[in-house]
Amino acid sequence: MSVQTDRTDTGTAAAPGVRKTDVPPPDDTGIRKGKGGRPAGSRGGASAPYALLLPALLATVILLGWPLIKNGMLSFQNLNPRQLILHLTEWRGFDNYTDVLSSADFWKVVQRTVVFTAVNVVLTMVFGTLVGLLLARLGKRMRLVLLLGVVLAWAMPVIAATTVYQWLFAQRFGVVNWLLAKAGWTSMADYNWFGTQLSTFSVITLLIVWQSIPFVAINLYAATTTIPKELYEAASIDGAGTWKSFTSVTFPFIRPFLWATTFLEVIWIFKAFPQIFAMNKGGPDRLTETLPIYAFVEGPGNQHYGMGAAISFLTILILLALTAYYLRTVLKQEEDEL
Amino acid sequence: MKRSLMARLWPNATALVLFVVFTFPVYWMFATALKPTGDIIADTPVFVPTDITFDHFQKALDADHFWTLVGNSLTVTVLAVVFSLVIGLLASFALARMRFKGRRHFLLTFMIAQMAPWEVMVIAIYMIVRDADLLNSLIPLTAFYMIMVLPFTILTLRGYVAAVPKELEESAMVDGCTRRQAFVKVIFPLLAPGLMATSLFGFITAWNEFPLVLILNKDAEKQTLPLWLSSFETTFGDDWGATMAAASLFAIPILLLFVYLQRKAVSGLTSGAVKG
Repeated sequence: MSVQTDRTDTGTAAAPGVRKTDVPPPDDTGIRKGKGGRPAGSRGGASAPYALLLPALLATVILLGWPLIKNGMLSFQNLNPRQLILHLTEWRGFDNYTDVLSSADFWKVVQRTVVFTAVNVVLTMVFGTLVGLLLARLGKRMRLVLLLGVVLAWAMPVIAATTVYQWLFAQRFGVVNWLLAKAGWTSMADYNWFGTQLSTFSVITLLIVWQSIPFVAINLYAATTTIPKELYEAASIDGAGTWKSFTSVTFPFIRPFLWATTFLEVIWIFKAFPQIFAMNKGGPDRLTETLPIYAFVEGPGNQHYGMGAAISFLTILILLALTAYYLRTVLKQEEDEL
Repeated sequence: MKRSLMARLWPNATALVLFVVFTFPVYWMFATALKPTGDIIADTPVFVPTDITFDHFQKALDADHFWTLVGNSLTVTVLAVVFSLVIGLLASFALARMRFKGRRHFLLTFMIAQMAPWEVMVIAIYMIVRDADLLNSLIPLTAFYMIMVLPFTILTLRGYVAAVPKELEESAMVDGCTRRQAFVKVIFPLLAPGLMATSLFGFITAWNEFPLVLILNKDAEKQTLPLWLSSFETTFGDDWGATMAAASLFAIPILLLFVYLQRKAVSGLTSGAVKG
């Protein structure tokens, strides 16, 4: 089963239609001449593929490779406002890393980031899966209605959504506080959601989960449509009930997909930036800073660029490890596609 | 097998509730933007605006630099998408249709690049751009937005190129086309849905990008709309009507594009022309 890795990326929004319609895997057999993957085989000559790839490779090396190397180099430098203004390069060895790794703040942020990611991913996956299964179960008309709602949440630009959530949860005249007070929780009437760590994280979590569910739900629904109907018939002949046919037919089919999606969500939510930063700038009292925000506030914010770069680099390493593991599991299933 | 009334009812009821949950924030954005201020700061929220006003939109449109920023956002977004489509198409053709040494490694490179954590690389990018004396310029933004969407463009277009029947291309070459002509005349027109799907993604990414422009362009006239929107509420006090109007103005192009291109991309794929 294809887990559609090619068509997913850092943005939470992209055409659901594209994901639903499966593009068949590339097939090279027609071009391959003779046995083995000989480099020749195109009429444009042996260097043609490299020439075609050159612009993309150059762009990747200059615009992605160079910043990565630069980030590594900066993390070994003493780079504060003085050095920045005078364009000085002062090497500091591993001091930035020792400073970061021995600071209690850093480990608090790491812990916070892990908990934040875990909570968001679990909520997204559980509710996304439930919505996806509901989509599969609905009649044609209701499915279209729910799909429309889900796509609308998906398409909403992140910063616009963040602004809307600020308004929904506004202390005065916010509709959420009004609803809670109306429902009998009168102490919530003028509640300041952005006053404490937990309440700020609650709003951010709600926003992220709301925007992430559509991706999981629509892809999961698409995955269930690939399950052959005969399997359910066979299961029901064998006397399987709803739950049994779910565990023996549906679940085995969607498992690889769920695994891949969970990893994507972990990576995306781990590095979530605009939602947290635009919501409350990592506040109150820097208590909602996750690793990306922490690097940003320490670096450009507090003008400790070397330290910021060291934090960034550690974060990049964590993300690279996650990505490598993700690609490994996914590629194992699609060995032939490469 | 007869199901009880409850069993038939609950999926539909849940779907309705979920529909409200998913659409309400979007609805509330538009509703607030269209309500007169008296209805916005009411002790009991006005859920269905009866008294429609465009004052808030007027205020957002008249905000400082608004049209400059629209121009900036459009420039960087469109250029980034166009460049990534051109560069990506060349690469995807090689990856989908040619056999050569290192092909697997190139593919892997782009897969890893696709997951690049741009949000955490902004400090290094800031230093590079500063050393090149290009802060407060649209050029680095365009370049980096291009590379942010390029891997996705390549990998997705590769699927679309591979889905074009090879026989079409071969028969064109039998008829005397060169490989390049076969590409331009036969494959390219069939790639329209793929180009649309990838440009939709690119457009959304570049239009929404926030951390990079936040650090690179401090000059108010060189920023893009996400920055403008994120600071709008602070600038305008607690004027939620104007803020929601600004959010609506920012969201409308994406929402429209999403609905329009999504249908196109699907219908193009399913109409048979590009079915593999």
